[in-house]
Amino acid sequence: MESPQFRRLAESDRPRIRLVIDGRSCEALAGDTLLTALLTNGRRLRSSEFGDGPRAGFCLMGACQDCWVALDDGTRLRACTSFVAEGMRIVTRSDVDMSAPGRPERGTAARLGGKARSAKGALK
Amino acid sequence: MNDRAPVVIGAGPAGCRAAATLAAAGLAPIVLDEAPASGGQIYRRAPAGFTRHYRALYGFDAARARRLHTAFDGIQGSIDYRPDTLVWDLRRGALHCLSGGRSREVAYRDVILAPGARDRIIPFPGWTLPGIYTLGGAQIALKYQGCAIGSRIVFMGTGPLLYLVAYQYAKAGGGVAAVLDTTPFAAKRRAVPGLLSGGSTFAKGLWYVAALRARGIPVANGIRPVAAEGKDAAVAAFLYRDAAGTQRRLACDALAFGFGLSSETQLADLAEVPFAFDAVQQQFLPERDLAGRTPVRGVYLAGDGGGIAGADAAELAGERAALALLEDRGHEVGKPRLAALERALRQRAGFRAALEAAFPFPAELAAGMPDETILCRCEGVTAGEFRRAARALDADEINRAKAFSRCGMGRCQGRVCGPAAAVVLAAALDLPPERMGRLRGQPPIKPIPMAVAGTHE
Amino acid sequence: MSEHVAADVAIVGGGTAGCSTALHLRWRGATVVLLERGQCGGQASGVNYGGVRQQGRDLAELPLARRSREMWGRLAAIVGSDCEFVASGHVKLARCAADMAELEAYREAVRPYGLELELLGRNDLRTRYPYLGEAALGGSLCAEDGAANPRLVAPGFARAARAAGADIREHAPVTTIEHDGTRFRLRTAGGVEVSAATLVNVAGAWGHEIAARFGENVPEDVTAPNMCVSEPVPYFMVPNFGVCGGGFYVRQIARGNVIFGGGRGIAERERRRAYPVAATSLDASRQTIALVPRLRHAQIIRTWTGIEGVMPDDLPVIGPSRTTPGLVHAFGFSGHGFQLGPAMGAVLSELILDGATPTPIAAFDIGRFASWKR
Repeated sequence: MESPQFRRLAESDRPRIRLVIDGRSCEALAGDTLLTALLTNGRRLRSSEFGDGPRAGFCLMGACQDCWVALDDGTRLRACTSFVAEGMRIVTRSDVDMSAPGRPERGTAARLGGKARSAKGALK
Repeated sequence: MNDRAPVVIGAGPAGCRAAATLAAAGLAPIVLDEAPASGGQIYRRAPAGFTRHYRALYGFDAARARRLHTAFDGIQGSIDYRPDTLVWDLRRGALHCLSGGRSREVAYRDVILAPGARDRIIPFPGWTLPGIYTLGGAQIALKYQGCAIGSRIVFMGTGPLLYLVAYQYAKAGGGVAAVLDTTPFAAKRRAVPGLLSGGSTFAKGLWYVAALRARGIPVANGIRPVAAEGKDAAVAAFLYRDAAGTQRRLACDALAFGFGLSSETQLADLAEVPFAFDAVQQQFLPERDLAGRTPVRGVYLAGDGGGIAGADAAELAGERAALALLEDRGHEVGKPRLAALERALRQRAGFRAALEAAFPFPAELAAGMPDETILCRCEGVTAGEFRRAARALDADEINRAKAFSRCGMGRCQGRVCGPAAAVVLAAALDLPPERMGRLRGQPPIKPIPMAVAGTHE
Repeated sequence: MSEHVAADVAIVGGGTAGCSTALHLRWRGATVVLLERGQCGGQASGVNYGGVRQQGRDLAELPLARRSREMWGRLAAIVGSDCEFVASGHVKLARCAADMAELEAYREAVRPYGLELELLGRNDLRTRYPYLGEAALGGSLCAEDGAANPRLVAPGFARAARAAGADIREHAPVTTIEHDGTRFRLRTAGGVEVSAATLVNVAGAWGHEIAARFGENVPEDVTAPNMCVSEPVPYFMVPNFGVCGGGFYVRQIARGNVIFGGGRGIAERERRRAYPVAATSLDASRQTIALVPRLRHAQIIRTWTGIEGVMPDDLPVIGPSRTTPGLVHAFGFSGHGFQLGPAMGAVLSELILDGATPTPIAAFDIGRFASWKR
């Protein structure tokens, strides 16, 4: 299993919930938000559309909108304000990387002659 | 129209007290809240099946939280409470709310806005790496889900929340690696006389620092963030400069940071409440008086959504705004109670100003943000791209800079990047931040599904 | 303490037409002052859908539109940026046999103007645009049409005009305009006095106010295009789509956001405020999903609208004043002026400096409203 981001410190005595993350069978606990369910099983929720890699949420209170995830049927859920449900199937890796070469170009700033930021962006 | 139910938006401390006050006067308000349960952020109620006691969840505030929850539960029979409901648009006399995949139009005559606040952040290189959260976010993980955001966590930023959350993690066994405060120690010492007016709040603050040190957790002041380093696409270390200017590196698998709070003002903006720049909070805030009245008839504002004053002040403000609404509808309200509320609100405002002075927003971090830093995390726009786009087309205020750079055009509508972007733009133009204007609210104030069924009521 | 500025030409209105006129006049050596009440491109030029479209226009607009299209292709050379113009093609969709007939007739009608349209049947749509829903029976493709970013165009022309020596004043509402027998005299709220031999009225939804000052009353109404944009979704939709009847329109930008519109918002011309309408946004959203079912999971992240001037025959007012020598009008573009903006600069500069323009504009003459009474 991928090493988890979140660590449970309390409230572990709850019914287990099974979910599927990127095709992998995983477990969470009833009462987990989808964000908690994903991050107790790994370190990502989704891929950034613009090339700076995976995202794993930020504000946890429904303000930053950075934790919208996709179920495998395309349904969109905000992970920090949705509860995990039995049998949920989540996809965290997009099959289309918007930053790949040949993808449509970046917007305004690039058009105005700004230096294109490297696809890797932040320090890795 | 006199019998149209008043609407309260938000069921945090301010919204709950406003609703209770209106209910007590027999007005049966409609209470709309995005969350599944009352309490807002600070007094978030645990999901069903969780067992920790109030003391474990809310610490010193346990009794307050209990009283608020009990009070709100007690009025359920006399209010129309709609949780899991997002108010996404609002105009004179009508609002639109989304619940269960359905959008409804709700007509209103009077509305009390109590939308609260969110963390205020300044981007630094690497801040979008998995494992990096706001201080509020870290607190929610612990309080609401019983989770630590990582195993070896750096807490960074400034403000009372920095120490509170770090302490809560330390107490819960959460692997606190260090607490790094951007405010120099000297600034805090200078602010002590003002902070003393805060009484027990100030004492609590000192207590947290002492408690952290007692556990051997390093607490540093006057630091400057440099960058977060990633490994395997998640945060692995945090680089910063200490007060002496020496660069240091802390291994970590999570970071929580923040520099105070920002008011949520989108609904007030849509309601056409005029805004003014608040020098203390360094933010444009909707205009309201001490009673919670805005210049727009029928629109009231209570709690942190109109300016950061904390949970206790929010409860007082919620009650006061509801009483203002009642007064304006011709009800009799007790003058002594009004005076007591306003006296208490004034006193808390003074303490709040002192807190801002003790934990100043380090605007210079924004002004000096390296060009390669992602400024807008929704759209992936770097500070350099933002500066270049603003200059290329002579953007002289923040909405133009947004249009030319895309910074602020993403899903969060500038909630995260807005405060820092204004400072970056002001520094690039060599003008004060208040000249940059503010990002205008546009509906929907949060994303809504395209496939929404709509009705009117 | 007032500032006096004299110029050959005073332009009132900083939309694309006004800023393009300023640039073209500077190229030919005329001195120019442009007065804009707010920010250049802040009104109709900046709030529209962004369609750069010849197809679908009234025939009278085609020469102007074709001239403008030629400029769109050279925008980077003209203003230093292509303003994200992409000739992605414009497809007007038919949803019934009558629509198809309309498209066929239009194709024939525009051929003499040099505009080539390709008719598409159902199979063509399935092959080229497999994501379209069942209701689309066919369409008409104009391959050289497309879209651009309306927020960039007028500011781009403004910057180029400034660089060429035009005196462009933003946040400069005009409070009085008079003609003293020789020159126009304008005063702004900030106390700037401008005198000029020529006055260009490109004041958009407020153009009728300036016309009225010179005894030319025209029935200019307002409309507000209700616009929505989605979060970024993986890029798949190349053309800019519209439908017969004009009910709604949708396009996707390279970054993935889907922009769609249809129906009206609320325009309050006097207060200069405009509001998108929730029910209209949700309705346009439903129509967009019906046309492009794979968008059913996407989210709307922003809606907006703005104020556009509309004439009763849906044609702009362009041309010299009937009452006042030296006054030239170009306003009331009725919700489809974005694509015409660049060429307006060429045409108006020719009218001013040469007394005539090779582009036919007789159909837009303000005199057609001469018998209209307020």
